[in-house]
Amino acid sequence: MMYKIDQARLGELFAAIAEKKDLFLPVKKADQTDFALWTKEAEVDLDTLRTVKSPKDCFFPQSETLYNTSLEEGKLSIDAAALCDRDFVVFGMRACDVQAVKVLDNVFLADPVDTYYAARREHAVLVAGACHEPEETCFCKVFGIDAAAPAADVATWRVGEALYWKALTKKGEALSEVVKEHLTPAEESAVEEAQTQIRSIIDKLPYSHLKLDVFKETPMMELFDSDRWEEMYKPCLACGTCTFVCPTCQCYDIRDFKTKDGVQRYRCWDSCMYSDFTMMAHGNMRTSQMQRFRQRFMHKLVYYPDNYEGMFSCVGCGRCVSKCPAALNIVKVIKTMGGEG
Amino acid sequence: MGECTCATGTGNKKQDILIPMIGVITDIRTETPDVKTFRVVGRDGKKLFEHMPGQCAMVSVPGVGEAMFSITSSPTNTQFQEFSIKRCGVLTDCLHGMSPGDEVTVRGPYGNAFPVETALKGENLLFIAGGIGLAPLRSVINYVLDKRENYGTVEILYGSRSMEDLVQLKEIQEVWCKTEGVDVYLTIDREQEGWNGHVGFVPSYLKEIGFSTNKTVLVCGPPIMIKFVLSGLMEMGFKREQIYTTLELRMKCGIGKCGRCNIGSKYVCKDGPVFRFDEIDELPPEY
Repeated sequence: MMYKIDQARLGELFAAIAEKKDLFLPVKKADQTDFALWTKEAEVDLDTLRTVKSPKDCFFPQSETLYNTSLEEGKLSIDAAALCDRDFVVFGMRACDVQAVKVLDNVFLADPVDTYYAARREHAVLVAGACHEPEETCFCKVFGIDAAAPAADVATWRVGEALYWKALTKKGEALSEVVKEHLTPAEESAVEEAQTQIRSIIDKLPYSHLKLDVFKETPMMELFDSDRWEEMYKPCLACGTCTFVCPTCQCYDIRDFKTKDGVQRYRCWDSCMYSDFTMMAHGNMRTSQMQRFRQRFMHKLVYYPDNYEGMFSCVGCGRCVSKCPAALNIVKVIKTMGGEG
Repeated sequence: MGECTCATGTGNKKQDILIPMIGVITDIRTETPDVKTFRVVGRDGKKLFEHMPGQCAMVSVPGVGEAMFSITSSPTNTQFQEFSIKRCGVLTDCLHGMSPGDEVTVRGPYGNAFPVETALKGENLLFIAGGIGLAPLRSVINYVLDKRENYGTVEILYGSRSMEDLVQLKEIQEVWCKTEGVDVYLTIDREQEGWNGHVGFVPSYLKEIGFSTNKTVLVCGPPIMIKFVLSGLMEMGFKREQIYTTLELRMKCGIGKCGRCNIGSKYVCKDGPVFRFDEIDELPPEY
């Protein structure tokens, strides 16, 4: 069922959601737009196509406590961190970022389930917005993602003065129910023209026609042994920016923080681009940046698909394309390895 | 994002697999100048969990670190788990300074195991270990000795730098050497006073003995030893499908999610640590 709301009244919609659930949405702060908790004062920014950080940390926070330990008279005690038990809505996700959550689901919800992640997923409602002005760095189409029809719990479109709202899952329908007094019924066809327009822009984008067949058809070791990694990696600064802005990168570290009462064991995002990622007492299996660079892209384009029925661990969001200080990115890798469309 | 209020809720406390158990160290044996064997049980005095030979567990001292260690005791031991740990970093240094009664955290068991109930059953077995590499194999050896009727011949070739560096020497001499139908070959790298046994590296001793190929080989030790043992075995006519080893990579989660031990499409913590050499041949050489 399609609904609509006047865009000028979105503040009321957000307030209605926030009354019942935590609401995260793109907020502009110090000239940078990222997902943040909605407040009345927040400068909501639905115009920026792509947040700097992905909404990944709504589900897999950059840092989270797993448990606290303390030692008293030689006895250890362990106090597990509470799991998420509060419903929340992530509003304004893009189709690529929604697909990225599926990529994370495959890892974190696989047996044995990561209960911290699973609790957040259970309590989350994903409200996606269609991309009316996709940019040159976008290549979600390559991964079969339709930015004109995001596959979330609720899909929204901004057409003219209105925001169109359509629930796609039971969770989405439940959220529609929560905000129904702010929504009025609308025609399904109201967004069709916008969808056609979005798709035609995407067809013309420079990276929309990259080909991934080479990664499916070439034997893994042939790709691994390719001379092209050596040619490609050199500008890489090993800064890890690509992994931190990536919505699908899921590698993490587990570390200790000493508090006055004991030890907080937390996990935080990590990067395979760093030399100590694989460092052990007896040595390091990836001693060169070429090897680490290769690992990141082989994982996204070959290893992950091998484990998850051909699904790539890239969604074409273009964050690494726009943020890499050395202008290196997965598009270059795909093209260099033979995926020029 | 920082503002997430999830964790501040009342929260249920369903235990995540990353949350460890508390283990009490009940005994510490000094094996070599840099290896100690730690016996660990739960606070109730019972074994923490059941495992299979070759599996590992995460042992930690909160505030110091957490790392993966192979479980060196056999699953047939109903009372405790043991870890033989070499001092080589911050955590292992701290563990070496601990005393019986001290507590650590333990989670596991993780990973696959040597296929003692399937592929290895009924087979003649040759164990080849170097240095601390005996730790994972000791679990299998004692399992096999406790279920002796299920396996064929048992031969053990073990070497270390010196006499003092042979791990579990007491058990080797008093149990393994005295068990009927078990042949034990010991060697040390260099001549040493008080040592009447063989002197030389494991790979060359292997060739001197010249084992027949009607057996399955389990090899663990430093990478350089494994490399030469493997080529020695190949020369002797063994096939890669007959040889098992364990891989050791940096790990944080132990459940195939944190990404550190990923090689090719495999995660050593969950798809390994036990691999056959023909399986290793299909992986990128990043181990």
